[in-house]
Amino acid sequence: MRTVELTVNGERETLEIHDQALLLDVLREKLHLTGTKEGCSVGACGTCTVLIDGKPVSSCLTLAAQLRSDQEVTTVEGLSQEDRLDPVQEAFLENAAFQCAFCTPGMMLAVKAMLSENPNPSDEEVREYLLGNYCRCGAHPEILKAIRSAAAKKT
Amino acid sequence: MKKVPADQGVLTLMTTSIVGESIPRIDGMPKITGNARYVADLSLPGMLHAAVLRSPHPHALLTRIDATEARKVPGAKAVLTGPDVLEIEGISPFYGPAFRDQPILAVERVRHVGECVAAVAADTREAADKALSLVEVEYEPQPAVHDVLDAIRPEAPLVHEKLEPAKTFADLAHLKGGQSNINYHFKLRRGDAEQALAEAAMVFSDDYVSPPASHAHLEPHGVMAEWDANGKLTVWTSTQSPSLVRNDLSNIYNVPLNQVRVIVPYLGGAYGAKLYDKLEPITTLLARVTKKPVRWILNREEVFVTSSKHGAVCRMQTGVSKDGTINARKVAVYYDTGAFAEIGPRIAYKTGFTGAGPYQIDNVWIDSYCVYTHKTPAGPFRGFGVPQVAFAYESHMDKVAHYLGRDPVELRLEYAYDEGDFFASGTRLHSLGHKESLEKCAEVIGWEPGPRKPPSPPPARGKRRGKGCALALKAVLTPSTSGSIVEMGSDGSVNVLTSTVEMGQGSDTILCQIASEEMGVSFDKVSIVRPDTDVTPYDTLTAGSRSTFHMGRAVQLATDDLKRQFIEIASDAMEVSEEQLEYREGEVRVRGMPDRRMTQEEVFAHKFKGAKGTTLVGQGVFQTSVAPTDKETGQSENMTAYWFGGASAAEVEVDCETGTVKVLNFAGGADVGKAIHPAHCDQQILGAAITTLGLTLFETMRFEEGQLTNQSFLEYILPAFGDVPRGLTSHILETPHRDGPYGAKGVGETGTMATIPAITAAIFDAVGIWIHEIPITPESVLRALRGDNGNGGTP
Repeated sequence: MRTVELTVNGERETLEIHDQALLLDVLREKLHLTGTKEGCSVGACGTCTVLIDGKPVSSCLTLAAQLRSDQEVTTVEGLSQEDRLDPVQEAFLENAAFQCAFCTPGMMLAVKAMLSENPNPSDEEVREYLLGNYCRCGAHPEILKAIRSAAAKKT
Repeated sequence: MKKVPADQGVLTLMTTSIVGESIPRIDGMPKITGNARYVADLSLPGMLHAAVLRSPHPHALLTRIDATEARKVPGAKAVLTGPDVLEIEGISPFYGPAFRDQPILAVERVRHVGECVAAVAADTREAADKALSLVEVEYEPQPAVHDVLDAIRPEAPLVHEKLEPAKTFADLAHLKGGQSNINYHFKLRRGDAEQALAEAAMVFSDDYVSPPASHAHLEPHGVMAEWDANGKLTVWTSTQSPSLVRNDLSNIYNVPLNQVRVIVPYLGGAYGAKLYDKLEPITTLLARVTKKPVRWILNREEVFVTSSKHGAVCRMQTGVSKDGTINARKVAVYYDTGAFAEIGPRIAYKTGFTGAGPYQIDNVWIDSYCVYTHKTPAGPFRGFGVPQVAFAYESHMDKVAHYLGRDPVELRLEYAYDEGDFFASGTRLHSLGHKESLEKCAEVIGWEPGPRKPPSPPPARGKRRGKGCALALKAVLTPSTSGSIVEMGSDGSVNVLTSTVEMGQGSDTILCQIASEEMGVSFDKVSIVRPDTDVTPYDTLTAGSRSTFHMGRAVQLATDDLKRQFIEIASDAMEVSEEQLEYREGEVRVRGMPDRRMTQEEVFAHKFKGAKGTTLVGQGVFQTSVAPTDKETGQSENMTAYWFGGASAAEVEVDCETGTVKVLNFAGGADVGKAIHPAHCDQQILGAAITTLGLTLFETMRFEEGQLTNQSFLEYILPAFGDVPRGLTSHILETPHRDGPYGAKGVGETGTMATIPAITAAIFDAVGIWIHEIPITPESVLRALRGDNGNGGTP
């Protein structure tokens, strides 16, 4: 066991965890932030995606103990500010870019990271960036549309 | 048991205001904010974690199992084995929807790698794993059967030596088990196919092989269970069939139905993998024994050994007579149901019917088998066995077209059934749409009419493009039942109570649209009450593209009931007879005198003497039925409540050097009867097509001697953004069905049905090789191009 300090969605958290605790499990079970999901445990499906300092990371492959307290962890719960949805969330909502939505939290975070690096990505660049985010329901067409819409709003 | 007569089916409205609109989904905000709860997001104070020990053998005698040491692990509150379960009083330890062939925990024998042999409930997952590692198990491996064609041989090892029919469903009431791995055999006979094939000028004869595949829903299976002090069981479960789970648990524990409550959170995908009993028996048993809440969530590796898509071998023979007529089709389809039958017999039966395809062919002979093997149990997978046979019957349409020098699309249009025709099973057809869908998709893909020129020999290097089109038709599961309650409050707000499960397909939204339309209240005043068997009425299940039709009608019947109550109350208040009143646009009006009316509020005020917060409740049950099927000929006057047709068209590019196939353009079409929510219909058509693309090009559960060798998402690849065709369109057609809500039918599976053969036809068009097995790997393409496996060239 060890004590760690994490910054999650802008809040400083002091937690006692197992040495080998995954960031995914700490977020879900200790902080009750259940928006981040577990789909495959091997970092392939993307449902566990969170942002660390704005970069997408598979939280199922990250040890909570690896993080420093100055690293900002963002989960889907941290996307909306008070009552305002993030533009990516708005675009997903308006374009119905989901079905079962199990992939959606991770997908939106990956999209947010992508647009912050590349505000106007081509269709091919989007597809390449999101190869690690699966959608088994097949909502890809709507997701691509939502991304075009979110990118257009920003520019 | 009230049957709705066909002519009294639909209260057609001349204009609809919200039905037909692609409105924002009502589950949008919960899902977008991360607020939507799936079963793994739920917990209860004092909850224990469950885990299981699984068989490493595909077939073995379980000669010894001892949990003594396991029980000593601190934090392990219960450890159960199969023999322990047999000793618990009052439990029926075998379950299954067709045969009661599945034990809660293995007894005497294990029948597939991954079968559960012991279960533990502990304070933490670590304690659970530790306890399981201390369970002592001894096995005596037995000869196993892995291949479906081996399993049907008389000398094959038996997966089950005796079978007990479950008698849960009317259509499977006649099942009986025997001394064979074939647990079900459906026959259809029309005319004399043997004779016609003997007389044919040309007979095409091929095996079309589809492997087992994983549904790969991103949310693994999960259950949380708790028994209360009165002995009432509550289960939160990721299931598509809450009413069935309730019934099964009531049977297992020999308790009345009202002592079992099944609640369904949002599902993170299912596609057929989450039906009947999966984790519920073990989890509820652990909860009962420990007297604590227990939650069990599978990891991804476990999902692979829990359910799968039926692998199948479809032996198709198609005869063409001297005058160029398709004169006969003989089909033998073997569905590989794995170690437990689950609903496999129904797939063999209901899809077996359609095995020759939706074509006017005089002589049809179908044998459709459900076969046990020592592998992961197979269950329904979006398409319910249709993709496996459509692969065969559509491939043969292309072979025949090329043989005759005809346009493959035009050949299909000539033979495909029309409205009013009789299907090969003797059922009259109504509301089809498969031909129109095919025409539309062919047009969109840029199909050039006329016979295909045989492709020139492909080069050793370079890319070749080709186009292919296919159609398919499915019959909805019949008989079935859906019940709904619609409740209105005195402020005009409405609750729609339904056991239909929102698993991404948008049922919550469309059922509220229907209630909004019928009651004349704005959509924002309608809410859904999601499956909770304490309050939501019986529904057969959410699968098979049935919910819009059946639950949609149930909601309409419930709103009819509610409207009748409004009229009754208004009649009393206005002192006008009920016949003179009608419910229109949210009010009760005197016919022909629109000024004489009562608003909803006034009706409530009259009924409840002005009390606020009161409710009026309407309920409706919608049922469908079938006519009996002849056991020898498969003929039935009425085998299904409706048909739904789909078509697919694909343009592919084949890299002749690497064998890689890319789908460049894809068009999917379906006849939905009436698009209650057009955007949902588009999403269902294309979503299904994208999954099927994966099944066609790379998905397979790789079994070696019964062991899975690709049991993770690192090795079992799903379609990703890079695989989605750059050209992708969906096309909705609306041929109203006389019995559906506003004429609506079903759409969820349409994109799965004709997609495989559209792609294989396109590959033939590109490089002249016929594909008889999926997935179509680059290796298989290269082998075929070089003639290594005898599949090169035209027939």
